[in-house]
Formats: sequence, C-alpha cells, structure tokens
Amino acid sequence: MLDRALKVAPEAEVFHVVTRETPAIFEANRLKMLETRETAGVALRLIKDGRLGFAVTTNMEDIGGLVDNAVELAAFGAATCLELPAHTEPPPVAVYDPAIEKISVDDMVHLGQSLIDGIRATSSELLFEGRVSKTVSTISLLNSRGGEVTYTKGVFGVGMEAMLVRGEDMLFVGEHESSCHPISDTTAIRESIEEQLELAKTVVEPVTGSLPVIFTPHGVAGTLLGPLLAGFNGRNIVQGSSPLVGRLGETIIDQRISIWDDPTIPYVPGSSTTDDEGVPSRRKALIERGVASSFLYDLQTACQAGVTSTGNGSRSLGSLPAPSASVLVIDEGDVSYADMISDVKDGIIVERLLGAGQGNVLAGDFNANVLLGYRISNGKPSGRVKNTMISGNAYQALNNLAAVGSQARWLGGSLKTPALYCRGISVAARS
Amino acid sequence: MRDRISKALKGHNAEYVEIRLEESQGTQIRYRGRELEETGRTSDLGGNVRALAGGGWGFVSFNGLDELPDRVAQAVSHARLVGGERISLTQVEPHQETVAPEIGKDPRGISIGEKKRVLDEYIDIIWSTPGIQTSTLGYGDRYRKVTFANSEGSYIEQEKVDVTVGISAMARDGGDVQQAGLSVGSMGDFSVTQTLHDDVREVATRAGELLKAPQVKGGEYTVVLDPILAGVFIHEAFGHLSEADHVYESDRLTEIMVLGRRFGGPHLNVVDGGAIPGLRGSYKYDDEGTPATRTTLIREGELVGRLHSRETAAKMGETPSGNARAISYRFPPIVRMTNTLIEPGSGTLQDLIADVKEGVYARNWYGGMTSMEMFTFSAREAYMIRDGKVAELLRPVMLSGNLFTTLENLDAIAGDLDMNQGGGCGNGGQSPLPVSNGSPHIRIQKCLVGGT
Repeated sequence: MLDRALKVAPEAEVFHVVTRETPAIFEANRLKMLETRETAGVALRLIKDGRLGFAVTTNMEDIGGLVDNAVELAAFGAATCLELPAHTEPPPVAVYDPAIEKISVDDMVHLGQSLIDGIRATSSELLFEGRVSKTVSTISLLNSRGGEVTYTKGVFGVGMEAMLVRGEDMLFVGEHESSCHPISDTTAIRESIEEQLELAKTVVEPVTGSLPVIFTPHGVAGTLLGPLLAGFNGRNIVQGSSPLVGRLGETIIDQRISIWDDPTIPYVPGSSTTDDEGVPSRRKALIERGVASSFLYDLQTACQAGVTSTGNGSRSLGSLPAPSASVLVIDEGDVSYADMISDVKDGIIVERLLGAGQGNVLAGDFNANVLLGYRISNGKPSGRVKNTMISGNAYQALNNLAAVGSQARWLGGSLKTPALYCRGISVAARS
Repeated sequence: MRDRISKALKGHNAEYVEIRLEESQGTQIRYRGRELEETGRTSDLGGNVRALAGGGWGFVSFNGLDELPDRVAQAVSHARLVGGERISLTQVEPHQETVAPEIGKDPRGISIGEKKRVLDEYIDIIWSTPGIQTSTLGYGDRYRKVTFANSEGSYIEQEKVDVTVGISAMARDGGDVQQAGLSVGSMGDFSVTQTLHDDVREVATRAGELLKAPQVKGGEYTVVLDPILAGVFIHEAFGHLSEADHVYESDRLTEIMVLGRRFGGPHLNVVDGGAIPGLRGSYKYDDEGTPATRTTLIREGELVGRLHSRETAAKMGETPSGNARAISYRFPPIVRMTNTLIEPGSGTLQDLIADVKEGVYARNWYGGMTSMEMFTFSAREAYMIRDGKVAELLRPVMLSGNLFTTLENLDAIAGDLDMNQGGGCGNGGQSPLPVSNGSPHIRIQKCLVGGT
C-alpha cells in the first residue's frame, strides 16, 4: 500500500491496527454477556504539495479507494511542514505479557463473579455491573522515510460499579484497574469499593462556602488534571489558546508539584516503544517543582511551533494523530491521607465528579457536581454530601495547596497520582 | 448477501440469533484557527452476530464479512458459556423491508471543495470579529447502510445520512480565555450547514463579550431555560431513567419508577419517539428490528411509559417501544432515547420571566450528564434576570439538579417548542449516538447553579 501511495505522493505513512477484545460483561450481579470484538483497519496519511491527505478503511478489499480518497483530500488538506521520522532504535518498552493469552474466559468470569460475591457477602443490597476484559492489539507503522515500528500490546482490565438505592437515595461506588499483566488479585478493588461504602454510609448536611477540599486520586483525575493538561497540549500552544504560552521556565503552581509524562514504564497500558507516529518514547517533566518544563507535541504541532516532537502523537484508527499525554505520574509528597483529613475542620473530600470538563477547560476552570464526596467535620469524615457543586480554577487551586499525599496510586493504565489537599475551593450546595 | 445471511441463520441450535451488517462512509473536515487541521474520509465495513442460547447472550463483532456461519457458531458458544437464568424476548412480528433514506440535500453529492467553501465563509466571519484568539470548526457527514436479519425471519435494510457542524470561537485577554459556540445537525440535509452566518457572527461576538462578563455567584436561583437547553435538561434529568435497562434489574428502582407515579405538575408532558419524523433520532426500525414508536413518558405530570428493548419489555411485562439502538456494528443494541421533548404549554419567554425578581436565564447547551438521581447540564450562554427583564451577560453556567425535586420545581412551560439537533448522547461506551431533544422555554424554581 505504501508503494501505491508513493506513486501519487512524495511522502506517505501507513498505520495498521488489529485488535481482539474479549470482555465478560456483568449486569445485575451476574454474568450477562460474553463478547469477542475484532477490529482490523488501516489509515493512510500522505503529504502532497505541502498538504496532508488522510483516509481510513476497514474494508481491506478497497485499498485502491483508500489511496484515491487520501489523494483527493490532500488537495484540500491541512498545510504541513512535518517530516515523518526515519528509522531509529526506539527504547524497549515491555507492554505484552504472553500470560495474558493463557487466561481463559472461565478464569475471567470467575474473577469478576468472586469479586462481586465477595463484596455482596456483607452488602447484599448492592447491584453490580462491570466487566473483566482482555485486549490484544498489534500496531504497525511504516513510512516513506524508512520509519518502521511493529509491536503487540496486551491489556487486562477489571472494572466494577455498584448501585445502592435506599429510599430515593442512589449511591454509586466503583473501582477499576488495568495492567499489561493478567490481574488475578482483586483485593485492592474490593477494599476501595468497601471504603467508599463505609464513608458514604450516612448522608449528612452539605456545606457551602470557600472551603478546604481533599481530592482523592480519582478526584484529582476527575477535577484538576483535565483543565491543567489542556494548557500543555501543543495544539493549544500553537493556537495561542493556552494560558501557558510563552511561560516555559516559569513557576505556575506550587513547588511541591511535579508531573511527568512517561510512556516508558513497563507493563503499563498507556506505555509503548514509540508514539503513534513512530517517534521514540521518552520520559519528560511537564511540571517540575511547580515550573512549567515541557509541552506535549506531535509531529504536526511541533513543526508549527518550530520545535521537535515530544513523542506524544496519539491516534485512534479513525483520525489523524494529535498531541496527548501518554502515562502521567504525579510525584508523591509527604503528608499521609489520614493527616490531611485530620487537618480539616470543615470541608469536603471529593472522590467522583459528574459533568466535569463541561466548563471553560482551556482557561483551567473546573465546575462539576460532586457525585461521590464526603464531608469532614473536626478532622473526621462524617458522611456523604449530596446536591453539591464545586467550581474553581486548576491553576489557582494548585497555587493554594495545603499538602500533597504521600501515597500515589495507579488509576487505570495511564495515571499515577497521590491525593491533593487544596484550600479555598468554592463549594455550593442545595440544602 | 441475503442468501448468505439466511443460510448463516439456520441450524445454530440457539433460541435467537441476529446478524447486523453495516457499511458506512464518512467525511470529516476540521479547522483549528484559520487553518485546516484535518480532512479525512472514512470507509467502514463490518458486522456482528448476537445470540441468545441457554439463558445468556453472546456477541461477536468483526471486519470482513466472510465466515458468517463461523461467527454465528462463536456467538452461540459464547452465549452457552454464560448460561444462568432464562432471558426471554417479547414477541415482535418479523418484518421484511427496504427502507429508503430521507435525504434533503445529500452531502455525498457535494464535493469536498464545495463543503470547504461553505465552512471557509464561517472562518472568515469569526476572524473578522475583533478580539478572537482562535477557533475550532468541525464538520462531519456519515452515510450508513445497516442490514438486519434474525432467526425469526426479519430482514430489514435501512440507510441513513447524518450531518453535524460544531463551531467554537475563543477570545483571550492575558491569561483569561473565554469561548462561545454552537452545534447543529440534521438527518440527511447538508443545507442546514449553509445558513449559519448570523449565528456564527453572534457566537464570535459573544466570545469577546464573555471576557468582561462576571461569573454568577453559586447558589439556588429561579432559572429559565431556552428550548435548546431545556431539551438537554429533560434528556438528562428524566430521559435516562426512563430507559428501562437502568431500572429493570433493580426491585427498588422499579418501585421508584412505577407507572402512575407523579413527577411533576399537570402542565408537564414528556414524549420520546423514533417515529417522530425528520429528526436526527428518527428511524423506522430499531437495531433489533422492532418498529419505532412514539412513547408518552409523562402525561400531566404522571409517569405513564418507558423506553424498552425486547428483553426489558419481556422482563417488565410491558410493550417494546423500538428503542434498542447501537452506535455501530461494534456494539450490541441497548435501550436509548431517540427524539425527546417536553410538549408545549402556552405563553412566551416574557411571560416566564415577568415575575422573576432575580434569576438566571440560561441558553444553548454545552453538555450534560446524569447519575439518574443527580444530574448536571451546562449552558453556553447565560444572563441574569432582574426585575422581570433579561439583564447582564454572565460567564457560562453549570446547573445541577435532583430527579425527585427538580421536575416538581418546573413550574412553567411556554408554547414555543423547538428541537435541538446538534447533540449526541453517550451511554455504555457508545457515543455520540444521534439524538434530538427539545422543549419550549421552561422555568425551574430553586435550581442549583455552580459559580464562585
């Protein structure tokens, strides 16, 4: 296909993905459906007269049509100065554990069912839904400058959510984990769900005002991270819509915060040997001790900004690459979660949000309903708060930081973060 | 192909098998700032088999349509591994039909150059507005042909064309960035994308004005919603809980959502239906081959109906409503909304705000989400209401409510029904599904508004 494309355009790249996903789906506390989902498709990107043409198909019998489409669109495509990467020796990053192939559907069903049954042994009114799944993908990338990458990634995931309805009160708790290794021990998932249930046992009066707020790792992911990352995205830098334009090297948030983008950590689902454009993976600081250190670029935004790609080109089969964080790690601090809580006289813990990311994310704003959050009264969690909204700005919140948690944890396959304790967050509630 | 499908549906030893094949072609054009960021064309060919055997479901999806009998065997064997208590399906008469698409100005007949020329006009309008820092514009069209067949004898071919445009303009003042935007869509008519000049001009101007606008002080307000945002409100606040698959496995939720329960005043009537013609959520048959209907969900404040698949209807002993939908062949169908609306009352916006001393007038939608009991939705545009008049512009607001109190607090419904066709709905990893929703202007007392 590359040869065919090169007959009509001087530069071209073929991106090929084959994926096989096997989820066991649980509903109403039991196995409901077994699925096998196979996807195979190919995307062609070509550069002709300085413009990008792009087409994708899952119909392997129509490769000619794919090339024709990409050429036709190149005449109306985005202007580009990007240079496809030549062949390099990327760092070895292990993301495939053959043991994953040996896990049978029966094993997966058993794992999910015993997790559900184990928690329901003490909380029988819970209604669970969730999935245990394994996905194996092979990604191949070939370009006209000799760049060539092929690798296979296996991901095992367990995710469960439970609903508890009491009167007209609905409580949702849940946890998920994913890894390139098979997951055989679900203790951490069970403990997390049980802790959420315990803290949410009673509903207490909500609280309004400018308050201290502890964001759990889930709370950090759901509230602060999205608005913060938008500022580092190469697209927003090139367009001048990021508040961080021209501010590399400046202290932008509290000096206790360091955030790394690291796609080289082995057996983490977000890792890989190169990015989706064949640029070798490397670890870099986005924020080092409060200082903005690096933005996230793919090839296109890097050439527009006059810099080199940071290896953050990310794509699904259906679209052109775009800058995106790979695996994010926020450094641990030195205050335990228990000490954070006992420091708060009156405030809340934010665990899960509803509707985050709808506000003016580019400016760093967050604004969301607290789907799962707890009130802290005199240093102790006193129960769940409902009908509560929090709003603020990620930069301001992280400049008004009280403490960084001493224990970071993995959330899914692309983020590891400790809890963060901020002051002066706006909390509004309907009593 | 029909013969191959019929053959594959024979001799499988399962209670029920269906095959859904899909062919689609789409075009995307995206601008960032003045420049084109992406033009792409997608062509997709694939299918799935879903089987019910021994009480469980098996589902297999694939690209390439060879080996259909093997795919059926695989889905049946998956289903048998699930086992468990018996799942039954409500009987639906088998249908054989080829449904012609409803197409206005067909986007497939318009060259990429012509599409770009239309969009360039909007880019020019945005960039001739002072204070604009950047903008995004996304256009997409997608043609889908879906062939559905099941072991009960249904064989249905349906074609659809979906068109969407989303535009956002950003203004900046130092570290402060504000954005305004709009989104429109249509079932099969490119011409809706050709007449947005005034709307685009208004959006670009508002982005700049927002830099000077204050943020609302968080708290409870009397809130008036325009038809677009009120449509999103009813979709989030109530629509999702009327999807039977959220309630049918829970005794407690079934009690809460019992037919006959009062959810609002006698002025409140809510309807959903794929059979409402000409909208983005319209179709003749759903993805289980059940004919689309028009379902009254709330009549005069009382819950009278809900949305079903064949499975949920059987379990709850109700009638299937033709709401089992899948976003593509990669997913099994689940219960989804189609075109959801609050039926009109009487009066105008002016009547709704006349008595409001201090409140918020929220317009246009940015997004919305629900956890069933609690929900949030956000407006792209908001103003204070002071002494019965729309007053100063506010920064975009987010509103939040509770199913059991917010609908009761909906105390006035105007007569000016309008449908929002620019939305998409996400559920169970399937997003964005084409839906529409709408309403007249409505007023809600004591609605929680997030702010500083």
